[in-house]
Formats: sequence, C-alpha cells, structure tokens
Amino acid sequence: MVELGLTPYLILGAFLFACGLLCIATKRNAVGILMGVELVLNAANVNFVACARYVPSFGLEGQVFALLVIVLAAGEAAVALAIILNFYNNHATVDVDKADELKG
Amino acid sequence: MSLDLILFTAIASATALSALTVVFSRNIVRSALWLLLTLIGVSLLYFLLGAEFVGATQLIVYVGGTMVLVVFGVMLTAQQQFLKIRTRPQEWLVGGILAGSLFVLLVNASLKMGEGKAPPPSEALPGAGQIGVGFLTTYLLPFEIISVHLLVVLIGAAYLARAKRKPKEAPSDG
Amino acid sequence: MKDLFSFLPARLDLVAYSLVIGVVIVSFIAGAASIFVWLERKVSGRIQDRLGPTRLGLFGLPQMIADAIKLLTKEDTSPDVADKFLFKLAPYLAFCASFVAFVSLPFGEGIVAYELNVAAFFVLAVLSSEIFGVILAGYASGSKWSLFGGIREAAQVVSYEVPRSMCVLIPVIVAGTLNLNTIGRQQMGFFWEWNLFHDPFTFCAFVIFFIVATASCKRAPFDLAEAESELVAGFHTEYSGLRWSYFFMAEYASMFAVSGAASLLFLGGWHTGFLPFEASASWGWGGHILNVLVFISKCSLLVMVMMWMRWSLPRLRIDQVMMTCLKYFLPISCVLLLGVCVWELFVPSVVELGWRYLSAAACALFMLGLVFRLLTGPLTMPRGQLPGAWAGVETPLMKAK
Repeated sequence: MVELGLTPYLILGAFLFACGLLCIATKRNAVGILMGVELVLNAANVNFVACARYVPSFGLEGQVFALLVIVLAAGEAAVALAIILNFYNNHATVDVDKADELKG
Repeated sequence: MSLDLILFTAIASATALSALTVVFSRNIVRSALWLLLTLIGVSLLYFLLGAEFVGATQLIVYVGGTMVLVVFGVMLTAQQQFLKIRTRPQEWLVGGILAGSLFVLLVNASLKMGEGKAPPPSEALPGAGQIGVGFLTTYLLPFEIISVHLLVVLIGAAYLARAKRKPKEAPSDG
Repeated sequence: MKDLFSFLPARLDLVAYSLVIGVVIVSFIAGAASIFVWLERKVSGRIQDRLGPTRLGLFGLPQMIADAIKLLTKEDTSPDVADKFLFKLAPYLAFCASFVAFVSLPFGEGIVAYELNVAAFFVLAVLSSEIFGVILAGYASGSKWSLFGGIREAAQVVSYEVPRSMCVLIPVIVAGTLNLNTIGRQQMGFFWEWNLFHDPFTFCAFVIFFIVATASCKRAPFDLAEAESELVAGFHTEYSGLRWSYFFMAEYASMFAVSGAASLLFLGGWHTGFLPFEASASWGWGGHILNVLVFISKCSLLVMVMMWMRWSLPRLRIDQVMMTCLKYFLPISCVLLLGVCVWELFVPSVVELGWRYLSAAACALFMLGLVFRLLTGPLTMPRGQLPGAWAGVETPLMKAK
C-alpha cells in the first residue's frame, strides 16, 4: 500500500512557487504580477499546512501561520490593486515596462 | 493505493495544471480564471489534509475576496489593445532558468525533508476552537499585529484609490 | 450516512455514496427551483390582486413543466463579441457554488451529506464563491451594461457578506460550536428552546441576518443590478434557455441554503418545536421523515417571506444599498456581537430564563393574533374600500359616491 506522505505536498508547493516566480518574472501586466505573488503565497501556505499535518508537534502552528499568511495576502492584494489603479490613471496603461520615468 | 493518494493526485494535478495555465495564458481575464481554479484546488487540498477551518478561510478570503478584487482590477484596467501584452523570448528564457533552478533546489530540499514522515498521524488536526484559543493565548501578539496591519491597509488602500479631482489645465500627476 | 453503502468494497463505497449524493442534491435543487418558480408566480399574482398561472390545470401546477420544456428547447445563442469559453463557463460556476453549500447542511438528525466541524463557516464560504460566476457572466457577455450589472452585483454581494458573517457568529457564540448538527441538536424541545428566543441580541440578529441574506442573494428589494428599467437583466441579459436556468437555479438554491442556515442557527432546525423529545430517536424512520419535512417547510416558509418582500417593497438604489450595508447593518451587527458576548458572560440565569419564556410567549401570541385576524377578517371588501390596516384610507371610488 503506497501511503501518501509529506513529500508530494512539498513538491506541489515547490511547483506552485516556481510557477508563481515564472509568472512574476514574465508577465508585463501589473495585475499578472500580482497573480504570481498570490501563487507564491499559496505555495508557502500549502507547505505550512502539510507540515502541520505530518509533523505532530506543528499541528496548531502550521494552521495559525497559514491563516496569518491568508490575511496578510488579502491586505497586500488590496494595496497592490490600489497602486495599480493609480498607475493606470496616470499612464493609461498597466504595462510595467512603461514605468520607466525614473530611468537613466 | 489509498483513497488519500488518489484524491491527492487528482486535486494536485488539476491545481498544478491551472497554475501552469496562469503563467502561459495570454489573456489576462483567462489567467484570473485559472488562478481562481488554482486557489479552489489549494482549498480542496486543505480539506484533504483535515485543516477544515483553513480551507474554509481560504475559500471565503481568497476566492470570495481577493480574487474578486483581482478581477475588478483586471476589468477596470483592461483596454482592448492591451489585453494581450506580449513578453519577449529572452525574458521567457531568463525567467524559465530562474524558476527551473529554484524548482530543482526546492524539490531537493523537499525530498530530504519528507523522508522520515511517511506514516500520517492518527489524530485529527486542531479544530476551530483550539485555533481560536491559540490566537487569544499563545499567538495573541501576531493576532493584534495583523489587526492593526489590516486597519493600516484599509486606510491606505482607501486613500490611494480615492477619487481625485483633476486640475483643469495642468496634466494630472496624482 | 456514509455507512449505507458499506456493502461495497473499500473505496468504491465512498465513490458510490458521493455520486448518489450529487444526484440527490441536484434533483432536489432542480425540483425545489421549479416549485419556487410556480410559487413565486402564484404569490406575486395574489399580492398583486390577480390569480397567477391558472390555464394549465390544477392550480397551474403543470406550468412548472411547461416552463421547463420552454427553457430546455430554447435556441442557444451567444453574442458575437462574447468570450465564448467564459460565457459558457459562468453559469456552471454560479451553480456549483450554490450546490456545494448543500453538502454540509443537515436536513435532519444525522441526515447530512458530509458532517463538517466548521459547517456554518463552510456554507458561508462556499456561497461567497458564487459571485465569481456573476462577474464572469457580466464580463463575458461583451456588453457594457452586463459588465456594469455584474460589477455592481459583485460590490453589493461582497459588501453584504461582512454583516452576514457577523450575524452568523452570534448564534455560534451562543452554541459554542460551528458544527450545524450540534447547533440543531441543542435546540431540541419546545419552541422556546430555539436560539431565536435566547436573548434580545439573537432575536435582532435573526432579523438582520435574514435581510442581509436577502441582499446577498441579490433578491429584491436589493436587486438593482437586474432591474429591468435600468440594466435589462444585468449580468444575465445575454443568457437564455438552459444557461439562464442555471443562474436561476443557483439563485433559488442559494436562497434555500441561506434559509436553511437561518433555520438551523435560529429557528431550531429540524425540530418541530412542540415535541419535548427528539423525533427520530423515538419514532425511527418516521421521525427522520418528520424531521426532513419540518426542515424543508421551515426553509420554504423563509423563502416565501423573501418572495413576499420582493413584491411588497420598492427597490433600493445602488448607493442606498451600499449605504445601508456600510452605515447601518455593519455597526448594528458589531453592537449585537458585543451584546451577545456581554449577555453570555454577565447575565444571571434568572434573567435568561425570564427573557426566553417572555419573548417566546410574546411571539406566539403575536402569531396567533395575526392568524386569528387573517382567518376572521372579511374575504372581500365592499367596492372601493381597502382591507385590513388600510381600512380608513380614502380611495377615489369612496370619494366619488
């Protein structure tokens, strides 16, 4: 009987993290970058809750940290979207490559 | 193959596939949809692990709140010609190398970390009551800090996103 | 309930159980939605002093079948500029969200698809995912007005979730658990054991929860986003036939789900309120059937009150809707939360019992008086006069005499 262990969850967390990183690195749309950040945070959360389940002494801490991360991510998404809306109002685009006024 | 493993394979592959589609989709609204499915998949994983409170919180905060916000942002800033902003191939290469090497590193660490932990414990995870007590005793300081943090975020986001009166002649600069 | 299928081998019984549960819940939602459609037409007809559908047979009941046949055979159109994939996906998202809420809603003692320890939170969380179908439908229709309707609905529903969750917290504090089965079991006995009569704050919380749940189901008087005079039909303007009926079923399913949550949290769930014991423990299968019937009738009664509100009250403007939520319901529910905590901690048991019996007696007398007035009042008034509380009001026909 092949049992489900901790490793598949950690590998899934790693995969989501890599996807999120790729999303942040390659999307030119600012909202797309925000989506990448959400993927990264969710990957960390999957790790937290999986370790809460499979490491007996970590049961409460894992869930508490996951809840804290969820709450902080929601707050961060709100502020990020406010910034993106301001950027859009000033530049009429959300392409982050156009945010180069301080360049040179 | 235990039921846990079958369910995990199904949910994790759907989640991973949705996450890939978020990255490679060219339409930003479709990316938002796939991100929604990824978040629902992660919530299902929490329910599979037995962390029911965290799973329900993920649904109500992330799916019902944050994703609605992200989609609002997408729709308020979407213009037809900018819906499909292209990335150059060099950027894909650099990003791919970065993400790939990080993935290899993390998988290495995961394989080492998950070695001695194969048998799952028999007792259930602490439930909502114990999490609540934990928040009010052991983790009171983080709880208070994020309460203040949320207040700051609320005020800051409301201030940043307020309707500004544009001056009539000068170009507006916020 | 999972052990009903234990005759099958190891994992097959869970798979079979979940398939059967899926079929049962979908059929229940579809059947309930068609009955509510008929009921809405009859109720709205009677409130507007007309008869409603009568042509097709006994009380117009075959009208449900006629409506279903019409919806199934309508042409499947979609706008040219629509994003086809999202257009087709949106109704299913909305329907799935309402459908999953029924998974942890207990219909009787132990009659629940899957008992969750966080069931009260789970029902709210899943119902909050329905809004994504609305937003996608509004966006994917490709029309500016559908988008406006969708975004307005989303803002309204998301805002009203906050007082809704706080009002759900109030009976949860009284009960001490999020498990809906336990909350239902604690209200066993006569009707004064219900959470509704536990303290004045819970009573107000029921009223506030019901109004806020109506708003979060996008029902009148909070249905501005579908108001015909403004936005044709809001986010589902471009939908017709079977796709539209998915939205429709999702709306009635979420109305039933929030009514179910309200009756479990406040109104005693599956208990009749006139038996001092648990029916299913004493009467076996008959008790289970009685419990399920009582639960479904309580939910249907609440849904009928929602329909009654729709056809009696004028529609609120969108700024009035948001103002009501943020300036009135949110502070009120905060005060109620504080009040119930103070009541739980400091109030002596004499006052508690006194309030419970007094408020239950007052409510019962009020309901009996209402029923008495309804039954003994005249069926029709003389020409030109208004019935009941409007009796003294002058009408043009009275002045013409």
